[in-house]
Amino acid sequence: MKLFHTLSILFHQGKQYIPDPTKAEVPGIFRGRPVISTAAVDNEAVVDCCPLKAISFDGKMFVDLGKCGFCGICARQFPEKIRFTKDYKMATTIRENLIVIEGEDKPIEFGPKPECAKVFKGSLKLRQVSAGGDNSCEWELGATSNVNFDMGRYGIEFVASPRHADGIVITGPITKNMARATQICYDAVPEPKIVALCGTDAISGGLYAESEDIDRSFIDSHKVDLFLAGNPAHPLTIINGLLGLMNRKGK
Amino acid sequence: MLPLYYSDMKPLSIKNLQTVAFSQIPSTEDYSEFSALVHELMAIESCHCVNYFAYKKNDALRLIMCIANDDSASIEVFGFSLNDDKLESLQIEACNRFEREIAENFDLSLLNHSWPKPLRTTSDDYPFYRDEDEEIHEVGVGPIHAGIIEPGHFRFTCKGEKILNLEIMLGYQHRGVEKLMVEKLMLSQKAMLAESVAADSAVSNSVAFAGVWESLCGFTARKELLYARTLACELERIAIHTGDLSAICGDVAYQLGNAVYGRLRTPVINFIQKWCGNRLGKTAVRPFETPYPFTLELVTDLRVILAAFEKDFVEMSQKIRRFPSVLSRLERTGIVTTEQAEAIGAVGMAGRASGIYRDIRRSHPYLLYQAGNTAVKHHGDVYARTQIRMEEVVASIGIIRSLLDSWPYNEYSHAKENYSPAADSFALGLVEGWRGEACHVAITDEAGRLALYKYKDPSFHNWTALELAVRNNEISDFPICNKSFNLSYCGHDL
Repeated sequence: MKLFHTLSILFHQGKQYIPDPTKAEVPGIFRGRPVISTAAVDNEAVVDCCPLKAISFDGKMFVDLGKCGFCGICARQFPEKIRFTKDYKMATTIRENLIVIEGEDKPIEFGPKPECAKVFKGSLKLRQVSAGGDNSCEWELGATSNVNFDMGRYGIEFVASPRHADGIVITGPITKNMARATQICYDAVPEPKIVALCGTDAISGGLYAESEDIDRSFIDSHKVDLFLAGNPAHPLTIINGLLGLMNRKGK
Repeated sequence: MLPLYYSDMKPLSIKNLQTVAFSQIPSTEDYSEFSALVHELMAIESCHCVNYFAYKKNDALRLIMCIANDDSASIEVFGFSLNDDKLESLQIEACNRFEREIAENFDLSLLNHSWPKPLRTTSDDYPFYRDEDEEIHEVGVGPIHAGIIEPGHFRFTCKGEKILNLEIMLGYQHRGVEKLMVEKLMLSQKAMLAESVAADSAVSNSVAFAGVWESLCGFTARKELLYARTLACELERIAIHTGDLSAICGDVAYQLGNAVYGRLRTPVINFIQKWCGNRLGKTAVRPFETPYPFTLELVTDLRVILAAFEKDFVEMSQKIRRFPSVLSRLERTGIVTTEQAEAIGAVGMAGRASGIYRDIRRSHPYLLYQAGNTAVKHHGDVYARTQIRMEEVVASIGIIRSLLDSWPYNEYSHAKENYSPAADSFALGLVEGWRGEACHVAITDEAGRLALYKYKDPSFHNWTALELAVRNNEISDFPICNKSFNLSYCGHDL
């Protein structure tokens, strides 16, 4: 009887996994990669409306997704100028690739793969270091392993010790109090190893960039192999970024 | 009922989300007078301390005490001017952490304090409690934990497998939120900061921020704003509780529960995204407006999603309630007694699991909440906290349905007017997030600029509850104890 009950619960769930996370579509009005039109607007006003100073103007308008909070205030105030698409593939190995340029509507270029990517092709074990964020990216990193996104199918897993890991994923702007622990964790990961930054706070410091309580010296002194944009980065952004790093297709 | 005061000092009685002139807050220079009033109020059963902080203006340090009275739906506010670099402790357990915070922020030495330790300063020589007994060993965990969790250092004092004491050193997430709240001048920046205090409570915190800001500006929110905000708060409660139930099942190695609750959270947060573009509800709430209108289509969608969710949620929860191998891990594990919970001023879901009837939605109504009943359990164990979550999810579905039934299909108009906060004012907002009560206080200067923003997370009280809960438990049960609370590191460390 008990087994029957368990089986009936299982049956009621149906199929929940996303068959191919590289082609899945996100529901609703997800704010992914923005597109900047060539419409003539008050450029200064657009630049000034951004709470995170992610928009700049120098002959053309630019939006830096490493600084963007994806709040959408620019798109609401200047819908003719900036529009957010549902493109969640906002991962790259080169920081500059996260800058979206006026008039260009093309996917974010992933960039060259790091040398060690060949080693990680079949399996990638990562250590997560949470360093002063708001727990949103941690939340989404956790969601990548649930039954819907099921990142484990690609051999990507978060492990409990840096000794077991092939690299670290940092979330948050890195507080002064976490600076040393971050370094110790990185040092404990065996070579070859990668560093990934997940979310706006980690990539640029976000709202906290000017806070005196953060310490970004780790980022300044280490090569970063992967940037995952978002506030927080969507699980599909994370999975696609990591698959790109492993040089693997989905499915 | 207003209490009768025996003390010479009389507090200022305000309502939730009310703005008053800062000068109206009574203040004394006589510490004994202040202390007597605190003790008198805190002795009343329906009273608890919601905030106690210091505010420095022109080099004068003013301590401000805010005590909520659940019976009269009022918050008693009064102050004390400190002209010394020493702070005498009130010796009230529930105010303990507040005093440590004040002393740390303003470099004061604490006198006669039972636990005069740093609050957000991490160091190698943190004065952990130690026992020199030869049979006792210590286990240190963190700041980086084994899973995808925020940082904090846990020091267990154990005898064999049994935990005798746990002490938690926090502060790793300290990034200067309160300071930036004042420094960043754009309203959109402040709103984002309020949201990122703790992203799992992004909605309830932005509701509190919006409420406090609108109150300072003398803005009365329209009905459709209140509807959208109440709905967002309850969706957040459903989503996080469901996710935590999944994690609790995971920690007792119950795969089915872990997978089912885990996948049940997805349609709820995807719905939140469908509405506002973010799975955590960031940008769903902003002062003066609802940035993304809640359309008729969304109303229809939500009904369908909730119907499907509820069926599977109830089925799974019933299974767990009758499943001995899960229950044996949850029951009588991680107990916080009612006496302990009262002493430390436990709030929210964790408090209610230990028999404390405390729910800001009921006692200090805001948005569209009304006085009414909330689920309360008395065992104070992991199972009580699990049951509370299950019952609150079902209750929240009920609240959402009644909102949808009377949904105001008005056209949304974006706020065009420029509102500015009143000068020299004080506003206080309490909200009941899924974790419990969060307290937001804003003080403006003579030009109407924000001079101080003080935030208190429900975890501020409840971290002590976790320390108490694990005593005399096996160290292997620590994860479920921890998950049953799911406290916030970033909300505490700010």
